[in-house]
Amino acid sequence: MKKLDIYQFFGMNALRMCMGIVVFILCVIFYDILSKGAGKISWEFLTQMPRNGMTEGGILPAIVGTCCVTLITGIFAVPFGIGCAIYLNEYAKDSWQTRLIRMAIRNLSGVPSIVYGLFGVVLFVNMFKFGTSILSAGLTLGLMTLPWTITASEEALKTIPNGYREGSLALGATKWQMIRTNVLPYAVPGMLTGTILGLSRAAGETAPILFTGAAFFLPALPASINDQFMALPYHLYIMSTQHHSIVKVRSIAYATALVLIGLVFLMNLGAIILRYHLRKQRRE
Amino acid sequence: MKKEKIIEGLFFINGMAVIIVLLGIFALLIINAIPAFKDITLKDFLFGYVWNPEAYTTPSFGILSMVVSTLMVTIGALLIAIPLGIGTAAYLTDVASPKVREIAKPIVEILASIPSVVIGFLGIVLVGPWLAKLTGQSSGLNAINGSILLAVMALPTVISLSEDALGSVPKAYTEASWALGGNKWQTLLMVKIPAAHSGILAACMLGMGRAIGETMTVLMACGNAPAFPHAFTDPVRTMTATVAIELGEVPYNTTHFYALFAVGLVLFVFTFCINLISDLVIHKK
Repeated sequence: MKKLDIYQFFGMNALRMCMGIVVFILCVIFYDILSKGAGKISWEFLTQMPRNGMTEGGILPAIVGTCCVTLITGIFAVPFGIGCAIYLNEYAKDSWQTRLIRMAIRNLSGVPSIVYGLFGVVLFVNMFKFGTSILSAGLTLGLMTLPWTITASEEALKTIPNGYREGSLALGATKWQMIRTNVLPYAVPGMLTGTILGLSRAAGETAPILFTGAAFFLPALPASINDQFMALPYHLYIMSTQHHSIVKVRSIAYATALVLIGLVFLMNLGAIILRYHLRKQRRE
Repeated sequence: MKKEKIIEGLFFINGMAVIIVLLGIFALLIINAIPAFKDITLKDFLFGYVWNPEAYTTPSFGILSMVVSTLMVTIGALLIAIPLGIGTAAYLTDVASPKVREIAKPIVEILASIPSVVIGFLGIVLVGPWLAKLTGQSSGLNAINGSILLAVMALPTVISLSEDALGSVPKAYTEASWALGGNKWQTLLMVKIPAAHSGILAACMLGMGRAIGETMTVLMACGNAPAFPHAFTDPVRTMTATVAIELGEVPYNTTHFYALFAVGLVLFVFTFCINLISDLVIHKK
């Protein structure tokens, strides 16, 4: 009996240590970036163009570029993803087509991001002649976020009790009326939260935009969606590996990393607040 | 009634479009990879270990070195991420109080939301110098560095999927084990983990898929030497990194360009098989 207790003691503490290591990793990441990046952040840094071969000045074009691309991604991926989720959860029967669609979604979420980049180069840049542009990059990222938006939207639809649907049908509503009036309004908060989380991941991705539109340096902000753009993750990549004086711009790289993480968290926080707000509204 | 049919049809097309996207990726990769094999034999491509597409006299396109590099970095990552991930998942389901779990779960989610380029950056500025000091090499940008970073990237996947698997073990199993006098540790080790093994296996497979396909971290932290790796302390260049480095510089519609698509195709097939296997493991019952 005694021996078993000793095993249990060591076992349980080993598990606690695993969790401890995970927490430690996260703390190290945040401590390093915050302590070395926060000093550089200022209003000028966020609102000015880079100067002197990107060794001085701010990162405004990268922030603007990332926001524009994420917007395109959202415009493309959100309706597409929600539509697919509605089909899967409301219309689809358990047929081989449905199983095939589900399998495709799972496989899409496993496709490496660089492969999406290759796909984007061939399809959007070359075949559709969008060139290297915000549009090409946004659509490429949109395809990549598709599995996440679909899954999140479907989860939201699943939480709607069947009574809502049956009540509506019993009153003589058609299927689409039922979905539009009794399912979607209640599912939207959950859908939005999930899709914003997906978009925040897209905003931090680098590999798919490497060849579809991200630029090393641009002297002006993009004027239309057919222009190339600078992006925060790509800027961080350049500042830490490709720049001619890497050591000199290290503080800029740290600050860029901090802004990028900040942007991602701001989106996550926005999603959580939005969900809270919409739920409260619904209850009243 | 007709309107209803049209709407249903539209949603159906929307659903099928997902399959078209997947097939489209596959098809475009194949179409762009095939022209490469006009100049390269399949045998040289798969088993040649010299990748030197810009060589002046005879360019060579062997991917074996990168495949081995990719597998090496991935296996290193899994050696760290699997024990740590399953341990953390077991902590969350079996040790942590509900209150601690409420705090601990967002920690895993936050870890998942950190962009890969930021992790790669930390590989350069944090893990690299630390490894260099530890091994006495001049640079810490090598396979171990990549493995550590990829482990961090794969951890959230392994943790959350293993946790789901452990959490879905029927309560009766645990109770039966307790009734037979098993303590918590024995129950976890001899009842819960065996019962959840298919889910845990799938979690590890998907973590592996993530590690193989990850681009930015390995591109930034592995040193990118296109030679055949002999040790974990060698700088390596993975398949993803090769595509990321070279696609930007290569002229369109050359053998080199098509060869990069062939590399992408190999990557796609790798991850596709991993996903398919983990899919079969999960839906075995």
